[in-house]
Amino acid sequence: MEGDQLSAVFGALADPTRRAILARLAEGDATVKELAAPFPVSQPAISRHLKVLEQAGLISRRRRATARLSHLEAEPLREATAWLARYRDYWDESYDRLDGLLAALQEDGAE
Amino acid sequence: MIRSPGKVRRKDRKMAKLQIIAEPGVPQIVSTREFNAPRELLFRAHTEPELLAQWLGPREYTMLVDRFDVRDGGTWRYIQRDTAGNEYGFHGVFHGTPSPDSIVQTFEFEGVPGHVSLQTLTFEERGGRTLLRYNTVFQSVADRDGMIQSGMEEGAADSMERLDELVSRLAAES
Repeated sequence: MEGDQLSAVFGALADPTRRAILARLAEGDATVKELAAPFPVSQPAISRHLKVLEQAGLISRRRRATARLSHLEAEPLREATAWLARYRDYWDESYDRLDGLLAALQEDGAE
Repeated sequence: MIRSPGKVRRKDRKMAKLQIIAEPGVPQIVSTREFNAPRELLFRAHTEPELLAQWLGPREYTMLVDRFDVRDGGTWRYIQRDTAGNEYGFHGVFHGTPSPDSIVQTFEFEGVPGHVSLQTLTFEERGGRTLLRYNTVFQSVADRDGMIQSGMEEGAADSMERLDELVSRLAAES
């Protein structure tokens, strides 16, 4: 993923309402009306959030009859968190090695 | 009390799990990890070069500590060399006198010079165990998410292989 798109993804994720929308969409596609229901904000406000999410590639939208359905696109999310998985791997392995070293040092000290 | 080593290890692993908090849009990573050791020992493992070299980084990498001047204003530098001979250098400065309470230091990966982060490590001892809290603040979200990508790609592939090993081992144990 290019740096600019990564920034767009993280910018989109920085807002709690947009994260809640993504969580809702993880359960299945939904209309603007359905997405707006849990929030104390207007449908146009939700539509603006959806536009940000769509531009970041996190959702796609299609028409069904008179309603417009939003659909979660999971791949950018996976790519956006790849750096975090690498960070975790690095420290997980280092700290497992540190566990071994600390145990050895304490055994030495006990002798 | 005598406990079987296997049981102790499994319990330790569960309690010691690495927690990482990285909020979207915030240039910070906070991680915590518990160790079965007093904090003085943990502090030594972080500040004595011959000890640090034994645990920091992927296990296939060679860790070379170039300098480690553990005092207020002292500089540190180490190099991690992968099996292909590629070298990744890191350096920074200690701020305040490092102690078993805390270590405050700057951190810079030499592969992307000019992108400096500020790291605060604290060691909190509870009944012989120590909680390490590792707070890193970056100059930007892009720095946080980008820096780690640039240097650690091969380490990640390496980790995936070891993950396979681990999964195979766990499958064999169960």
